Amino acid sequence: MDPEQDLLKTPLYDLHVELGAKMVPFAGYAMPVQYPSGILAEHKHTRDAAGLFDVSHMGQVFVRSKTAASHDLVAKALEALVPGDMAGLKLGQMRYTLLLNDQGGILDDLMVSRSSSADDDGSLFLIVNAACKSEDVAHLQSSLSDDFEVLLLEDRALLALQGPKAAEVLKRHCPDADTLKFMTATSTTIDGVDCHISRSGYTGEDGYEISIRADAAHDLAKRLLAEDEVAPVGLGARDSLRLEAGLCLYGHDIDTATTPVEAGLTWAISKRRREAGGFPGADRILTQLSAGAESKRVGLKPQGRVPAREGAVIADRDGKDIGSVTSGSFGPTVGGPVAMGYVSTTHSAPGTKVNLIVRGKAHPAEVVTLPFVKQNYYRG
Amino acid sequence: MSDIKYTEQHEWVTVDGDVATVGITKYATEQLGDIVFVELPDIGKSLAQADEAAVVESVKAASEVYAPVGGEVTEVNDALTDNPGSVNDAPEADGWFLKLKVADPGELSKLMDKSAYDEFVGGLS
Repeated sequence: MDPEQDLLKTPLYDLHVELGAKMVPFAGYAMPVQYPSGILAEHKHTRDAAGLFDVSHMGQVFVRSKTAASHDLVAKALEALVPGDMAGLKLGQMRYTLLLNDQGGILDDLMVSRSSSADDDGSLFLIVNAACKSEDVAHLQSSLSDDFEVLLLEDRALLALQGPKAAEVLKRHCPDADTLKFMTATSTTIDGVDCHISRSGYTGEDGYEISIRADAAHDLAKRLLAEDEVAPVGLGARDSLRLEAGLCLYGHDIDTATTPVEAGLTWAISKRRREAGGFPGADRILTQLSAGAESKRVGLKPQGRVPAREGAVIADRDGKDIGSVTSGSFGPTVGGPVAMGYVSTTHSAPGTKVNLIVRGKAHPAEVVTLPFVKQNYYRG
Repeated sequence: MSDIKYTEQHEWVTVDGDVATVGITKYATEQLGDIVFVELPDIGKSLAQADEAAVVESVKAASEVYAPVGGEVTEVNDALTDNPGSVNDAPEADGWFLKLKVADPGELSKLMDKSAYDEFVGGLS
């Protein structure tokens, strides 16, 4: 029996195998967890130069008005499902937001962008988590009126090029890439092939995500990997990079049992939306915004070398259970263990001394401000 | 010194007199990936064969290391605290974990020799 038999393959599957990747099941796909150089080397290469990631398992979704080519129309429709300011998106702008349930719990986190061309107005481009994509599409379809269509693009690959050398590398293939600022996007060509690129990512570094036709992805990946600065990076380092950058992993750090306020994502709720409400769970979320939530997501820095993993109990220094770790690992750039988790708000101030319980033993740690590493986004 | 013996959990053990040296195999390190932390037992701790003896942590996860033979812990490789990566670099040399005073040498006969272990690993992939 081959456990990989039933797994889906991304357009870059053959390339991963050719590069010697260790393939693992992730969200129904066979994905590279690491290449022969290993997670530590891949992580450091991304922080020092540029890493190429296959994120084709993620969902690429168009939400489109069938009745009018109006940004305001489609943006207002989506705003009924998310707390972010969609109507205020400028041409070519991208924003992080959250699909919420009626209790204000997080169904998924996603990126939403408006095309850089006004000719495309009336549609929004969403990038959603792999494990959530079918539920997200079903949720969008059932929640939006028949005036909108929701299209999950099955014939596109998604590549991420991340790191301080990403811009220098990509501009050799795509001059337009250089002028993009963090959280903006454009349709362009790379070496003559149509693609959609955004200056964004999940590592805390400068970089891009590139949406391209599935049948052109392998060639593009090979051309980027042929650049001296670029090395392939798997999901293992993607996880350690995003944890050091303080970014949430859906299903671990955020889920339907957490609200944006508890998750520390209140920056994703715009001023207009706070004043007007009108998003799922608004009553609860607006109450939490004014009165505070009972628990809060925080960064945790263990003082020793023992990594505290997801599920580890967080206790105060008197031994009282105050929460649990939701992501924990070794941070290669930090050079020691790093974690995040939820604690009661009374213990959430940076500098609070706590213990993390690992294999029955209490290990001292401190609540710290996220991220663990400086974010190096290009803001122009 | 005796020949090297192996467990199905990918520990190795060599015995010199009544002192066993224990570590994990190259195959184990390849499966784990980069090792970032090793938790070693206290000196003097008494372990039965197959008891949990140590914990090895890669970037991704923690895994247990079991005692290939029973005995009392006489020494641990403190160098792994500052340099856990030596388990990846030299799993059957500088990357050793601990030494035990063997209680019952007969327990070694339950373990695999090198050719049996190589065949066992060959059947896993």
